[in-house]
Parts: sequence; structure tokens; C-alpha cells
Amino acid sequence: MIIAVASGKGGTGKTTVTASLAVTWPQPVLAVDLDVEEPNLHLFLQPEILTTEPVTLEVPEVNEDLCTYCRKCAELCQFKAISVMGQVIMTFPEMCHGCGGCMAICPEHAITPGARELGVMEVGLSRGHIHCLTGRLRIGEAMSPPLMRHVRSHMRAQSAQHGYDVLVDAPPGVSCPAMTAVADADVIVLVTEPTPFGFHDFALAWEAFAPYAKPMGVVINRAGLGDTRVYDFCAQHNLPVLTEIPYRRDIAEHYSHGRILAERDDQMRQQFTALGQSIRQMAQEADHA
Amino acid sequence: MREIVVISGKGGTGKTSLTAAFAHLAENKVICDLDVDAPDLHLLLAPGPLRTEQFFSGHEAIINPDLCTGCGICASMCRYEAIAPVSLADRNVCQVVPTRCEGCSVCVAFCPEQAIAFPSRHCGTWYHSDTRFGPMIHAQLFPGQENSGLLVSRLKKEARNLAQAQNLDLILCDGAPGIGCPVIASLSQTDLAVVVTEPTPSGVHDLERVTGLCDHFRTKVAVIINKYDLNPEHTARIDALCAQKGYALLAHLPHDEQVTQAMVQRQAVTEGPDSALTTGVRQAWHTITQFLG
Repeated sequence: MIIAVASGKGGTGKTTVTASLAVTWPQPVLAVDLDVEEPNLHLFLQPEILTTEPVTLEVPEVNEDLCTYCRKCAELCQFKAISVMGQVIMTFPEMCHGCGGCMAICPEHAITPGARELGVMEVGLSRGHIHCLTGRLRIGEAMSPPLMRHVRSHMRAQSAQHGYDVLVDAPPGVSCPAMTAVADADVIVLVTEPTPFGFHDFALAWEAFAPYAKPMGVVINRAGLGDTRVYDFCAQHNLPVLTEIPYRRDIAEHYSHGRILAERDDQMRQQFTALGQSIRQMAQEADHA
Repeated sequence: MREIVVISGKGGTGKTSLTAAFAHLAENKVICDLDVDAPDLHLLLAPGPLRTEQFFSGHEAIINPDLCTGCGICASMCRYEAIAPVSLADRNVCQVVPTRCEGCSVCVAFCPEQAIAFPSRHCGTWYHSDTRFGPMIHAQLFPGQENSGLLVSRLKKEARNLAQAQNLDLILCDGAPGIGCPVIASLSQTDLAVVVTEPTPSGVHDLERVTGLCDHFRTKVAVIINKYDLNPEHTARIDALCAQKGYALLAHLPHDEQVTQAMVQRQAVTEGPDSALTTGVRQAWHTITQFLG
């Protein structure tokens, strides 16, 4: 089972919820940070890092001895990553999306795969039983989707091989990276806060993810702050509010020390244990439907 | 003309609330929301669109099922797993999953039946609007579109054109979270990146990454610590980081519900009653204007 924790707006508590679910989830569980631009889950789970693997994208390298400057590669490339001017061929590896088209179309086999470093994938273990997987984009690298693809394929393989349940900390927003992160999920948990910004981005996220027709539930963080529109929206769209985290300064301070909310006290532990149960029940009901 | 972009790395640190306050305090500027994925600045500034434009970028592959023989060459060559077989009444054909298609044209080039069309991709809408604080350029990307930075670059270009046409000397931008393409695009030709952080492990971690990005592109950095009183230790760490790296420290702003109250009232926080928070914001803005000269 794969559970994606997503939000629309950043900073609503995705990582807090993911980490708290991870420490209260029945074993074995795999916690995956797909917010590769700003991965934060490891700051809370503090896994022992077992392996760090560089992740690269296949980009073109041209053997000019073989190139006839026929321009077929440049005409195919949609990303201006390869260009031919007269008897000069140039590649711009940072523009490349790694589609492999230039290599496939070159009649002289003059283009071979080189590599651009996208970042790293870290495999770790937290508390002796929470398996952790993190994608970390290289600073200066513009494209997060190819690194995310690599982490996701590792995630699916691990889950299939070991029977792990998977908790995914998704990137914010509703564009390609966020959609990609929830595409694998059996259940989507939307974390929001009852403020105008929180509500606006929550509604965007709901609109974006609803076409997947996956079971969706809502966690309202900082409950008591702002207004009631998130609640009205959930009632209107039959979205279950799975749990609420109250707006309290002591909770914000607990978080500011890098501590996991579910480990704060018995009441919080029970609350997140119950949240996990509700999520598993949603997945089962969807299975039987 | 000067350009400022407010960024943070981590989401939810207060970028948009602060940008709205700066929009209230600044003179002779164009306001620009570069978070095209989940924009929020319009919620406080209530822009009235003067001009609405569609944004097209790149292409998307569409397989004509009448011409497709289901040979699967496209699916085997697609590196984005964007093509899947589907069953029609009498046969199997290939179909593109639009949210996965990168628009690379490999399937188009290699389809033996030439069954794949490649139209322009309609990615979103952008606006030139009027607000109570002056002109604003903003946009909304459609859900699931690639947040490629091209729309960000387009908005910046439109903002510059507008500033030139109306003789305005500042472009004030609200940026996107993260350190990827949209943020990189927002830093281009920027005079100052105002980085808003908070004294939490995530805030500090993401600050280090986003300021690393600014250093990489040689963009000048100034830092605001929001909710500084949540955790004095982390605030001290951020202070030390700024001193070490030579980033200007603009303000320590207190954790204050006034920010949310202003948001609920659709106001910039500086439009409300004076407080330690609003005094800090005004001082930060004053320092920024001195920086820009």
C-alpha cells in the first residue's frame, strides 16, 4: 500500500504528518521523501544512512569523427540541448531532458550516452525498523522529475520485494512533481491549514488530484487558526477530515526542535495511530468497492 | 530598474505575507507573483485583470487511435513511461498519459504509421492586473503541467515591459518554494533575493540550500527570520550563518497571529494596527530600499 502525503501549499505540515505516521505505522514501513528540492523528512526521522547513490540523467555525447552534421538530432530535440551550425555541433547538457531521441535518430551512431548529475538517492534506517529513502537534488540542477522517477522506481521495487507499506512525503504544489508523487498512491492524504492561503491551495490540490479517483482524506493542521472554509469545502465534497492538529505554540516549539509530533506524548501517539488506522481502512474500502 | 524576489526554500515561512506588506510599502513598482503553481498573493491584493493571456509552452503527443496499429514502438522508446496500451472494441492501441508526457517528440519521430500528432501545449493563463498597490503580473499554471520556469521567465519579461512603459523603477516578486527550475528562473537578473526563513530544522536546512543556489548564480542575498522567538538556538544558528556568508540580516520578526488575521481580512499585515511585527517589517523594507540604492 502506498500513501501519499500532499498539500498544495508548502509548510502546512506534510513532513510532520509523514514522520508521525512513520513512527506509529505497523512494520515494515518505508518512508520516502519525494520533495527532492527541499527534502526534510530525514531531519525528523534522522535515519542512519546506509547508502548514498549518485543519480544521473543520460545526456548526449557526440563523436565528431562520426558526425556528418545532418541535423537530424537538432531537429528532433525539443529542448535546445543539441544544435548544429554548419560544421559545428554543440550540446547543452543542462537543457537535456534525457529522452534519448538524438541517440536513437542519429544515422551514424555518433551520439553516445553521457551523464549529468541530478543529485543523490539516500537509503537509510530510522529507529531500527523504519526504512527511509530520500532524493536530494543537486543545488543548481533545475529538473526534479528525473530524480523523482529514479527514487520512485526504487521505492516500487522495494515495496514489491519486501511487502513494505510506503509513506510518501510529496513536494508542494499541484504541478508535474506533485502530481507524479501522488500518481503511485493508493490513498492521498491532504494536509492543510484553515487559513485563506491554506484553503486556496488545498482546493487547487483537490481539483488536481480528484481526476485520479483515489481515496482522499484530509488532515487539518493549526486547527483553530483562520476561518472555517476548509471544513465547509470538505463537507460539500464528502472529503473526510481524518484528524486535526490544534494550533498551539507549544506544538510549534516542539516541531522547531526537530521532534516528531507523534512522539510528544501518549495522546499524540494515539491520535496518529488512529490516523494510520483510518488511512488503512480507506484503502481497504476502496479495494472492496 | 531594480528587481527583488522573495524566496524561502521551505514553503509556508511567510513569503507571500511579507511580499504583500512590501507591495504596500513600496512605491513605483510592478508586483509580480512568480509562484505560478500555487499562487496566493492575489488573495491579499485582489487584482482586477486588465489583460488575460493564454500561455502555451512545448508540445504534447496525441496518438490517433484510428491510425495506431498497437505495435508498441512508441511505448518502448518513451523514457517517461507516458505511453500505455489500451483496449478498443476490436484491438489494442497505444495511448499517451498526458501528465507524464514530456513533449520530447521521440514517439512522433519513430511511429511507423505517423499516427501521433504533436500540438502546442496550453499550460496556463497569465494576467496583467490592477491592484490597490499598483500594477500586478501573475499567472496560474494548469494542474499537472510541468512547472518549467518558462512561465516564470515570461512573467518577469512582461513585468519589465510594464515597468518600462509606466516608468516604474522596481519589480517586486513573490517567488516559488524549492530550489528547482521555477526558482532558478526567478533569480535571473535579480538584484536581491530576500530569503524568508524560520528557526526550525527544516527552515535552516532549506535556507542553506536556497542560499547555496543564490551563491551559485551570484545573486545577492538578504535574510529575514520569521517567528524568530519560536526557537532561540536555531535563530542564533541562522544569525551565525548570515554573518559567516556575508548575507544581510534584515529582521527578526516575532511569531504573531496578526499575520493570519490580516490574511483572513485580505489585507497586508502593514495595513493593520502597528505592532512589533509591523515595525520589524517596515524596518526590513527600509533596509532593502537602502540596499537597492
